[in-house]
Amino acid sequence: MASRRVLLLLTGWSSAVLAAGVNLPPPVTGVAQDIYDLHMLLLYITGGIFVLVFGVMFWAILRHRKSAGHQAKHFHENTTVEIIWTLIPLLILVAMAWPATRLILQQKSSAGAELTIKVTGYQWKWHYDYLDDGVAFMSHLATPQSAIHQVADRGEHYLLEVDQPLVVPTGTKVRLLLTANDVIHAWWVPQLGVKQDAIPGFVRDVWFKVDRPGTYRGQCAELCGKDHGFMPIVVEARAPADYQAWLAARQKTAAANLEDPNKVWPLAELMARGEKVYTQNCVACHQANGKGIPGAFPALDGSAMATKDKPGHIDIVLNGSKKNAAMAAWGKQLSDTDIAAVITYERNAWGNHTGDVVQPKDIKAARGGKA
Amino acid sequence: MTAIDTALQPAHDTAHGHHAKPSGITRWLFATNHKDIGSLYLWFAFSMFIFGGVLALCIRAELFRPGLQFWQPELFNQFTTLHGLIMVFGAIMPAFTGLANWMLPLMIGAPDMAFARMNNWSFWLLPPAALLLLISFAVPGGAAAAGWTLYAPLSTQMGMGMDLTIFAIHIMGVSSIMGSINIIVTILNLRAPGMTMMRMPMFAWASLITAYLIIAVMPVLAGVVTMVLTDRHFGTHFFNAAGGGDPVLYQHIFWFFGHPEVYIMALPAFGIVSHIIPTFSRKPLFGYTSMVYATSSIAILSFMVWAHHMFTTGMPATAQLFFMYATMLIAVPTGVKVFNWIGTMWQGSMSFETPMLFAIGFICLFTVGGLSGVTLSIAAIDIQLQDTYYVVAHFHYVLVAGALFSLFAAVYYWFPKMTGRMYSEFWGKFHFWWSLLWFNVTFFPMHFLGLAGMPRRIPDYNMQFTDFNTMASVGAFCFGLGQLIFFANMLHSLRHGRPAAAKPWEGADTLEWQIATPAPYHSFVEAPDLEVGENGRIDAMHGGKHH
Repeated sequence: MASRRVLLLLTGWSSAVLAAGVNLPPPVTGVAQDIYDLHMLLLYITGGIFVLVFGVMFWAILRHRKSAGHQAKHFHENTTVEIIWTLIPLLILVAMAWPATRLILQQKSSAGAELTIKVTGYQWKWHYDYLDDGVAFMSHLATPQSAIHQVADRGEHYLLEVDQPLVVPTGTKVRLLLTANDVIHAWWVPQLGVKQDAIPGFVRDVWFKVDRPGTYRGQCAELCGKDHGFMPIVVEARAPADYQAWLAARQKTAAANLEDPNKVWPLAELMARGEKVYTQNCVACHQANGKGIPGAFPALDGSAMATKDKPGHIDIVLNGSKKNAAMAAWGKQLSDTDIAAVITYERNAWGNHTGDVVQPKDIKAARGGKA
Repeated sequence: MTAIDTALQPAHDTAHGHHAKPSGITRWLFATNHKDIGSLYLWFAFSMFIFGGVLALCIRAELFRPGLQFWQPELFNQFTTLHGLIMVFGAIMPAFTGLANWMLPLMIGAPDMAFARMNNWSFWLLPPAALLLLISFAVPGGAAAAGWTLYAPLSTQMGMGMDLTIFAIHIMGVSSIMGSINIIVTILNLRAPGMTMMRMPMFAWASLITAYLIIAVMPVLAGVVTMVLTDRHFGTHFFNAAGGGDPVLYQHIFWFFGHPEVYIMALPAFGIVSHIIPTFSRKPLFGYTSMVYATSSIAILSFMVWAHHMFTTGMPATAQLFFMYATMLIAVPTGVKVFNWIGTMWQGSMSFETPMLFAIGFICLFTVGGLSGVTLSIAAIDIQLQDTYYVVAHFHYVLVAGALFSLFAAVYYWFPKMTGRMYSEFWGKFHFWWSLLWFNVTFFPMHFLGLAGMPRRIPDYNMQFTDFNTMASVGAFCFGLGQLIFFANMLHSLRHGRPAAAKPWEGADTLEWQIATPAPYHSFVEAPDLEVGENGRIDAMHGGKHH
């Protein structure tokens, strides 16, 4: 019983530490809670070892110093002592490994999931695909560039906010299938106790079960290029009924938005849509005014490519730049309509007035049937 | 021994007699003298340390507050990448090689390093490599920006800065392999009569084991970056899943090099501290034999734990468990070493000159890094901490407070022997306390940042991380400033320090303290005739000739 009380005391202290933002954020899944507890256990053990070992050392430093007149003894072996201080750490390690092993096995058992979502990492956004429900969307950073560049004020969730969060039901074992499109990313939400690399060409899985409704935030945790720091993850856990309502609404809009690839769009509609696509995908490098960043990212406003070389323009947006790795191949990430819209926008915005209209079927043709 | 000695004298020595000492620029360009080469290494390492440090300050300046202030994210990534590469390959490793060059022949009673001419080459390969890294900032696309680990497929995306980096790594790898061959042959063949392996100074043991590690793993690194190179330019698909390759394969190969590399940067530090603690405790090293065994077992274990850097790649539970248990095991021999150092201090007669301060600082802070390492070794917890600032804190406790502090300790400790002059004890102590304070201000809060959820290698962050980042940035700038104090002290003492005795430290008893101060240009031309006690202690010298 005494040990139980000590544990409670320690947990009480740890919740105070937790509130101060110097520890793992409050866990909301069973696994995250177990990780938290195991981490605290290790903190106490290693902290205790530190105090004990360096207590002895500082005692020696205080007492066995030359200036205090201490004469050096000349022993330099003691087999018994050496065996003891090899064995005791070994036993401590076994004590640590025991609960850790149980937790690892639990973390790894993704069997019996009730909902499976495929997550694909792109430079630099996440794509969520609800495999059984016909809902799929991209999730982008929602923080405006003006806040990042010191112009506008920053909100509470600066850099940890997205336009479309991953929505999951509470009390449900959710399994994520992770992969990536270009480089390795890592999907990490601390409060869920989940971090898993998303690797191009391979599928990995991970699972979580959230008990409390709420919004939980994380970030990409593997260096994935220029915008690695701007690739947040937001998970919204909703009560099952709310989740079903959300799902139904998404399915309805998905059906309504099914696009006809052969539709011919008027310039104004392409411009409006293109601006949206531009703001989501291009603005970080080429800037809202199309001027780019001198020396790093080329200007679009008045550039030869965006005013004259139309096939070149389509090619670079579709396939990326050979010269500058920061210019991604958007053909794999955006629909034909989005690409047509953004190119049209770039050719007619700012000081560019080419009057060019690029239609989805032009993009389809440029893909050469490879789409 | 005389035959060996004669065979090993550089040609110009026989031509011009033993006292010939080349002068001017040729002394350095064509240097074959182990002390000259050691000095070259140390100067090179220090300038790289400053360069890498400036890059670190560029990083900390950007992270001083949220938002993008100074650099674009791409340039920020270049800074983090080059900071890592330069500190590892340009600063820490060459500094240890430099010390080994300087001190090993003196400690084991050898006339010089075994391969004096190759020694020249192993040093002079380094400046061109550093130059490649330096100019990579100026090429189109900038320097490598994939992190010092250069993970594929990100590294296959980069511009020509990546190619320059790959070539630089090749050259530095060749350099360190040559240096290691020299160290191994010197230690195995040129020890003074009577100095058996188990009576060798600990620094010699540490250098020997480190050299073996380098020879074992540098080719692995060279191989993996070559694979990146061929993926980039020659149409291979080692790491491209679309072509049948495996991106995770890169990580396996890289960390098979990368984990032993951690010990390449730590074992020589263990060796140095194992000299300084006994000297200033005026007591022989406790548990010499178990020190040797602990060092060897750390080296062997270091080959079996590489995948603990990859717990989040999605390996099966059995693999996670194997690598977790193996990693945890390293804590045992490391613990034995720490206990032995404390056992050495126990009942000693300690004094606290600068080298001792740095050595004690090393033990305390390295242990903090070791304990956070135990936390990280638990795969279940590592899932939360991998690639966060917690890891940044952990390895800076090991590499700054470990490798760097021990290097400072070594430079202060052997400065009198190298230069014939004493450094300023006041500024030495000031340098220690200043570094200790600001080191902790810089890196301790990073534990909290990592736990709270800040990934590493990001140029901008949420406001909740502001306070600790600001603190770390202030700490970093002050820490950097402190190193100029060190530089000034060394430079000033080199000319104006008070002349040092042959044995300036009362408790020092290894061979290097038996010859004149400053150490003569040519070390033991004839093997010293001596009685070597346990712990590499020199019990008596019988008129062995040296200059």
